[in-house]
Amino acid sequence: MKREIPLFLTAVIGAVMVLGFFMPHPWISVPADFLQQSAVIVVAFGYVLGGANLLRVHLEAISRRERDWPYRIVLVAGLLGTVSVGLFVDGPGFQAQGARTMWIYNNIYAPMNATMFSLLAFFIASAAFRAFRIRTIEAGLLAVAALVVMLGRVPLGDFLARPLTDHAWVPAWLREAPLGTIQQWIMDVPQNAAKRAILIGAAMGVMATGLRVILGIERAYLGGGE
Amino acid sequence: MIVSHDLGVWLAALLTLFIFSFLYRDNPLYKFAEHLFVGVSAGYYVVINYWTVIDSNLIQPLRAAFGGHPEGGPWHASLGDYRGWLVLPGILGVLLLTRMIGRISWASRWALAVIIGVYAGLKTTGFAQGDLVAQVQASLNPLLIPGDLWASFNALLFTVGLLSSLLYFFYSREHRGALGWTSKIGIWFLMVSFGAGYGYTVMSRVSLLIGRFQFLFEDWLHLR
Amino acid sequence: MNWRSLEKLDRRWLFLAMALLVAGPLLWPVGLPIVVSSPVQRFHDAIAAVPDGSPVLVPCDFDPGSRPELIPMMKTVLRQLFDKKCRPIVTCLWPGGPALVDQTLESVADEYRARGVPLESGVDYLDLGYKSGNEAVMVLMGQGIARAFPRDLRGRETRSLPILRDVGDYSSIPLLVSISGGYPGTKEWVQQVNARFHLPMVSGCTAVSAPEYYPYLQSGQLRGLLGGMAGAAEYEKLRGEKGSATRGMDAQSLAHVFIALCIVLGNVVQWRRGTGGRS
Repeated sequence: MKREIPLFLTAVIGAVMVLGFFMPHPWISVPADFLQQSAVIVVAFGYVLGGANLLRVHLEAISRRERDWPYRIVLVAGLLGTVSVGLFVDGPGFQAQGARTMWIYNNIYAPMNATMFSLLAFFIASAAFRAFRIRTIEAGLLAVAALVVMLGRVPLGDFLARPLTDHAWVPAWLREAPLGTIQQWIMDVPQNAAKRAILIGAAMGVMATGLRVILGIERAYLGGGE
Repeated sequence: MIVSHDLGVWLAALLTLFIFSFLYRDNPLYKFAEHLFVGVSAGYYVVINYWTVIDSNLIQPLRAAFGGHPEGGPWHASLGDYRGWLVLPGILGVLLLTRMIGRISWASRWALAVIIGVYAGLKTTGFAQGDLVAQVQASLNPLLIPGDLWASFNALLFTVGLLSSLLYFFYSREHRGALGWTSKIGIWFLMVSFGAGYGYTVMSRVSLLIGRFQFLFEDWLHLR
Repeated sequence: MNWRSLEKLDRRWLFLAMALLVAGPLLWPVGLPIVVSSPVQRFHDAIAAVPDGSPVLVPCDFDPGSRPELIPMMKTVLRQLFDKKCRPIVTCLWPGGPALVDQTLESVADEYRARGVPLESGVDYLDLGYKSGNEAVMVLMGQGIARAFPRDLRGRETRSLPILRDVGDYSSIPLLVSISGGYPGTKEWVQQVNARFHLPMVSGCTAVSAPEYYPYLQSGQLRGLLGGMAGAAEYEKLRGEKGSATRGMDAQSLAHVFIALCIVLGNVVQWRRGTGGRS
């Protein structure tokens, strides 16, 4: 029962959603619409579950004095503080100008979110120096495409390449933005062809997985246990 | 130099620098910022999901259905107006939370089944129509464009690239003979594609760094 | 040259070089000329072709992590729409984004109000805010925008807002401008809305996702594409603006050249170790 009912639910709901795409009849479209409304609501509860789970994991780690436990207190304080301010101090107007939650968002969440991702600029430079090895034709093609696209996409690339192409025998359409034009060609033709192949392949993979889930062949999402 | 007098901007700048300090080496300031970020993010996601979805799409409509005496009663439903029936996703949402409670955590599977079913259906049709059909359709183009040699060459090259890359992903037969060298050409196209992807990834990452520096120089230090 | 010392170079020197190369041009800009590429031109033209005064759906699916790439394009899109008296309807499917998106929308509306154009929220533009559920929300909006978003970001009942009086579902909207930071974003709007409801689309996205969207551009599912900060800068040039994307392009240029040099130098060092090292 603990596995069969969820499997049955998934199969019926998945089938209704697929049918809803093809049949606009109210017998299908109304349940499909209701299920989508339900999904929106249940997913929101998923975020609440995520927050609660994070809290539990870190409270347990603090109580056991695990590694970095003082920092975990910062995490728990940040979580509980933000939730308390958002739910009880600000209320439904938490996104209004001047709300305390917006102060937390603008001065703590947003700058740190942006900075975390910006660190990657440094690591990509270091990786370019240490790990980008050209040993085969394939790696050579990858490197040439990377270099042309990287330089052709910014003004300095064209600025540096222009003296090389500023000759009468070079066609006029290539002269203004030599690297930029080649970059655009790479994007439009060879990379686009391969990307489309990946897109088509992935589409078939997702469709197959979707059907396996609906038909109950794929059950990993139910987890272990009975 | 007139630096910002806003306490919030100072806090944002300091936290930015705390995170950048990781580039020197892992240190307590970075760890502090990292943990604060995770906590505040999770808290903010809970708040926004509560007020903008659980309250606005569930609690308010339920209140209107049972407290507002709507025409047709609380269980009268029509497309887009489900009134009391919204109790069902509400119960499923609560069931999802049972995942935290070991003994009854199996009950969360019911909620999970609804989510998985809805998204399996949506994704299957979305990928079929938006990616498979539309992309195959867009590939059925004439190879020879009269009077335009360059366009004809590109159309031919595109088709060769597409077919050979597709064949590379065909694993049902060993890649030998004609299939072998065709998939080899496919690899070349895929490599060009990964190279272009790398170039664009570099662009993204650098942009984010520029953004942080613009914040430090303009909003905090007022250098420009 | 001592190749061995280069091989063992502490990566923090590369970090420092990167920081200086990005900081320098931001403090002392050169203003290298920007050339507009065809996907950007097509993006601009697709918005220009929308009938004046139409409602236009602008899903802004990102969070502060993509701010430098996407905020400049979002601002320019809003300006192009407001100039045409179009009415942008903004949504956000990322939980971390709605506040940033709303602040950007209001800052652009404020520019117009300062010039004496009386733009009013709920009448001339609308921010529907956040909704969880990704693809489910996109399809739900096809049955009625107010059904998916019963209240807007300010907590007002959307059914009662003047801007939605003549906007029921996607059929009353001529164009969707997706500003996308990843999942959910342009790809999902193409799959669920362009494919299902045949709503024409353009996309402004982070550079990371741009190559993935090129097949959609070629197939006509997207009518134009802005890829990353470079795309945003070209779009600003087309509109005669000098926003933060244009200001960032010198730094972007130097950083790209630096990373290209890192690739070349890294390989030279390896090659020297393999050949010269033995001699």
